[in-house]
Amino acid sequence: MHRFANPARFLRIAKPLTPALFWPGLVLTLVACIWGIFFTPTERLMGDTVKIIFVHVPAAWLGMGGWTGIAIASIVQLVWRHPLAGVSARAIAVPGATFAAICLITGSIWGRPTWGTWWVWDGRLTSMLVLFFLYLGYIALSNASSDKGDTSRVAAVFGIIGAINIPIINRSVIWWESQHQKASITLSGSSIDSAYLVPLFVAVAGFSLLFSALVLMRMRAALAEMRIEVRMRRMAED
Amino acid sequence: MPHAPFIIASFAVAGVGMTWLIVSSYLSMRRAEGFAAKLKDRP
Repeated sequence: MHRFANPARFLRIAKPLTPALFWPGLVLTLVACIWGIFFTPTERLMGDTVKIIFVHVPAAWLGMGGWTGIAIASIVQLVWRHPLAGVSARAIAVPGATFAAICLITGSIWGRPTWGTWWVWDGRLTSMLVLFFLYLGYIALSNASSDKGDTSRVAAVFGIIGAINIPIINRSVIWWESQHQKASITLSGSSIDSAYLVPLFVAVAGFSLLFSALVLMRMRAALAEMRIEVRMRRMAED
Repeated sequence: MPHAPFIIASFAVAGVGMTWLIVSSYLSMRRAEGFAAKLKDRP
């Protein structure tokens, strides 16, 4: 892991990897959306609103996956003092928050025709809203100071503590009575018909590749900004 | 209740959100890397 601690070595890998993740991600996402909208059948109970699944579910998974990534990177940052771990955690925050917001908004839009309401304060929806606010808090905390030393350590601790919300979101539909349906995809199998399941996995793959490319772009921007700061300081000293 | 407006709205929200993310991330990366390269070349 420490082989990649050198930012120069990381950049040698990240530069070709960014387009290699981005373009297949974009193509898969577009294919999944077109497939989902135009070539999937109408569902018996939910009608055509089932098509919202192709943006709602990948956004939800990546919103939660993003925070899991922040928590892992924060542990690596605090325990092994890996210089890129804090950078990667901060790079995940904005895409993670955006995907959590997409999940909440598309879920609300889906709720209106299927549940008859835009919002209910049940366990799943509320814990997902809490995740979105945790993202906002993390972004504010990591941007609080230009001196990234102590601030990023505080953000790392916040990232680890906030991870407690991830299993709560996952188990919320089991622990509490919920408007939201129970998990349709688990490790033991899926209750979703293959007509929806295959394009859903294509969408998840596409969104995940795009998410990874976005994180790499933001890491590259952060590393370049650090180089600019060091260079400016040197120029000021000369 | 017609379902089409809800489907269109959902995909539009996802499209706008992802387009904003892609454009802002790409521009900030290009701007920062370009400026860093310019500073490196400066004596």
